[in-house]
Amino acid sequence: MRVRIRYSKLGKVRFLSHRDLARVLERAVRKAGLPVAYSQGFSPRAKLHFGLALSTGYESLAEYVDVDLADVDGGSDGVTHMAVGPTGADIAALLQPSLPTGIMATASTEIAPGVPELQDAVTSSTWEVLLPVDAAAVAATAAALLAEDEIPVDLLRKGKQVREDLRPLLLSLEVRGAPDGTLLTFELGTKPRSVRPAELLAAMRLTEQPTGVVRTHQWIQSDGERHEPIELVAPSPHASVRAS
Amino acid sequence: MSAHQDVAHDLRVGSDGSVWDRLEPLLHRVQKPARYIGCEDGPAEPDWSGTGPTGQTVSWLLTYPDTYEIGLPNQGLQILFEILNERPDAVAERSYAPWIDLEAEMRGAGVPLFSVDTHRPAGEFDVVAFNLSAELNYTNLLNLIDLAGMPVRSADRRPRHPLVAVGGHCTFNPEPIADFVDLVVLGDGEEVVSEITAIVSEWKVSGRLDREAVLRELCGVAGVYVPAAYEAVYDGPDLVAVEPRWREAPEVVEKRTIADLADWPYPRRQIVPLTEVVHDRLNVEVFRGCTRSCRFCQAGMVTRPVRERPAEQVRSMVADGLRRTGYDEVALTSLSTADFSGIAEVVGGIVDDDACGRVSVSLPSLRVDAFGVDIASQLQQGRRTGLTFAPEAGSWRLRQVINKLIREQDLYSAVESAYSQGWRRMKLYFLTGLPTETDEDTLGIAELAANCVEVGKQFHKSPSVTVSVGGFVPKAHTPFQWFGQNTVVELQRKIHLLRDEVRRNRGVQMKWHDPRATLIEGINSRGDRRLGDVIESVWRRGGTFQEWSECFRLDLWEEEMAAHGLSIEWYAYRHRGEDEVLPWDHLSCGLHKDFLWQDWRDALDEVGLPDCRWTPCYDCGACTGYGIEHVVASATPPAGGSQGTGQDLTVGGSVPVDLLPRAAVVG
Repeated sequence: MRVRIRYSKLGKVRFLSHRDLARVLERAVRKAGLPVAYSQGFSPRAKLHFGLALSTGYESLAEYVDVDLADVDGGSDGVTHMAVGPTGADIAALLQPSLPTGIMATASTEIAPGVPELQDAVTSSTWEVLLPVDAAAVAATAAALLAEDEIPVDLLRKGKQVREDLRPLLLSLEVRGAPDGTLLTFELGTKPRSVRPAELLAAMRLTEQPTGVVRTHQWIQSDGERHEPIELVAPSPHASVRAS
Repeated sequence: MSAHQDVAHDLRVGSDGSVWDRLEPLLHRVQKPARYIGCEDGPAEPDWSGTGPTGQTVSWLLTYPDTYEIGLPNQGLQILFEILNERPDAVAERSYAPWIDLEAEMRGAGVPLFSVDTHRPAGEFDVVAFNLSAELNYTNLLNLIDLAGMPVRSADRRPRHPLVAVGGHCTFNPEPIADFVDLVVLGDGEEVVSEITAIVSEWKVSGRLDREAVLRELCGVAGVYVPAAYEAVYDGPDLVAVEPRWREAPEVVEKRTIADLADWPYPRRQIVPLTEVVHDRLNVEVFRGCTRSCRFCQAGMVTRPVRERPAEQVRSMVADGLRRTGYDEVALTSLSTADFSGIAEVVGGIVDDDACGRVSVSLPSLRVDAFGVDIASQLQQGRRTGLTFAPEAGSWRLRQVINKLIREQDLYSAVESAYSQGWRRMKLYFLTGLPTETDEDTLGIAELAANCVEVGKQFHKSPSVTVSVGGFVPKAHTPFQWFGQNTVVELQRKIHLLRDEVRRNRGVQMKWHDPRATLIEGINSRGDRRLGDVIESVWRRGGTFQEWSECFRLDLWEEEMAAHGLSIEWYAYRHRGEDEVLPWDHLSCGLHKDFLWQDWRDALDEVGLPDCRWTPCYDCGACTGYGIEHVVASATPPAGGSQGTGQDLTVGGSVPVDLLPRAAVVG
């Protein structure tokens, strides 16, 4: 069975790279005794399928990973067996004790065969960025940016300068004052490529180091509807809540 | 940034004693920030009750003077970390060298060296203890002492400063760093850290007044060497003696040895890092010490005798460790794990143990014979990595000189066994610049490698063998301590000779260690206290991370040696005579100096020495001097292979171990 797990990444562990986090999750799955499936071949690997990478240093309330679990039928492959196999919804709680401080498995669910992989399915992310600057100036910049038909950005791709238009991938942008500065909330598309919050800040000429960057949602847009890969039953804690 | 600025550290810390809030903004600007956050699985929350400058609890900062990735897996530090944290009168945290980018940020922002556990400043600890496993880390040692906010010279430090302690293999000749450290621990640390804690605790409670007072007390702890308690006397360039100048200081400091590894089942909770490190797996030490008597090997000389962990304890440490950590790989560590009594049964038990799950077992030091490969094959259920063998020298003659008695046939049968069981890549490790080495010996490396490729062709279309060549550095307390090491030019010539020969064979790749770094390692390995000024100057000029090829600065070392009137020729390239006073003569790992000298003469005569764990004692001094002995479960060597004795032992078990072609007569 394939299980989709939603987790958050808050506090000190936000400095883990995507690659580090993949290894942490792989170990946690084993440590929790979940009957994870392994790939065949000379170098068998636990079958974990990761979603969009989160840049090192950013926090998130909405990260996802899919895990393939072996069918629990009393097989003889040396993995820990449970009398009755856990359901997809149990997995988050089973995994939690094996996760480091700051990584919280907030929900999990079994997903049907044929459900598109996270990398393909997710179409946009919502972000919150806290900047140590005055809100009024930022609000004016934001309004001007949203009024543009085109937001050209220069990127270096395979050693070549290319100019791209950011505008179609900027789906929303709000600015409001916060106790420690300015809170920007925006939604950025991930197709054909994932735009990073830093690119938007650069386009807004905001050079200050953000106090915090949090991904609050990932979205799947299909057939005119928008939903999260796993909706949380309880409302997510406010982004400014830190794990440590 | 300049390393020598005497940074007035900003000691503002958070309400919890942490510098995290000031460190955090810096982490956005550096490579691999995850190595600075701690948060690993394993460590218990450190208990800081009773600490403070004159509190009775002693706080230790256990530090590895290289990056987190290199330092975290160090088992010595992890063992002491647990032992100290289990004691009610001690608390321990860990620290590693920040990479150059973060160091610059820290100096810019006035952030001192910190612990990764609770991000406390290093200067708040009572003891800052370093593991020294590589001489090229000496400049990092100074850098971290400075980054902790202390004067680098022990004579300049005040009672409020932490005590600087060092341990690890380099400390068997700590003379080059004698002026920078307060105390040196020789040998096993398990027992001695508690004794040091008790003395430091008493000193703190009594008001922490005089630094010399506590150092005098520490002179009385067996295994502790206080460099300030001794004076080096010279006659021109020659060292005459290193003499005690305090009455508390013994004339010779003896190393500490734990009698039985079974009493120390540590680490119980190996630290599992969140970011990638070297040796990223469960490590279980199966025995300590080695009596193979490879003459180039300092580790084998200073860690005697052999002390095996009971097989049952190995099994439970593996099973508990895998369950707790989630690792899928365990390494059974020692200096030669295939020599562990009943190794086949132990590893078979791990593989068959359902509780362990799907697991790979690795033996980091594989013996060169088919038996070793068979075990390795049995163990590799999961990912299969390359295999490494270490014949060390290219000819049987030279292998007799170094007492690594592997026959060519042993190597080929090991290689054949490996290829036939699915391995495709093999690495062969050699030393060059060994005593008596001729070009024929050096070129023999190419021949061995080519023959291994030929063996592989029976199994694969294009088998690959990597030859890795390191320049030999003579080390203190070994039979080769009198040998003048090869010059950079000579090592370079041998490497080029070999490279040109190896190029003819497409199946053989070659890697080699920079001979210039070999030279600097050599100078520091057998140096005396006069080198301290050189080390300090190289550090002040920015020469840190000398183990890293991109940071290594031969020019600084050469210039500073010259500036201080010290001769590279004299320190590194010169052969020593029997009567010369060596800088480490006042430090002992138990070996009699005349045993080492005889073994040096035997080496030159190409006479081997048997492994005394299975043959009668030849009284090297390590057991008899300390009233301890081997702890070995089986009195007969394990089956298979030549056992490094040059003799056919394929029937195994009961075969007496004698040397071919002639028996050694020693002592």
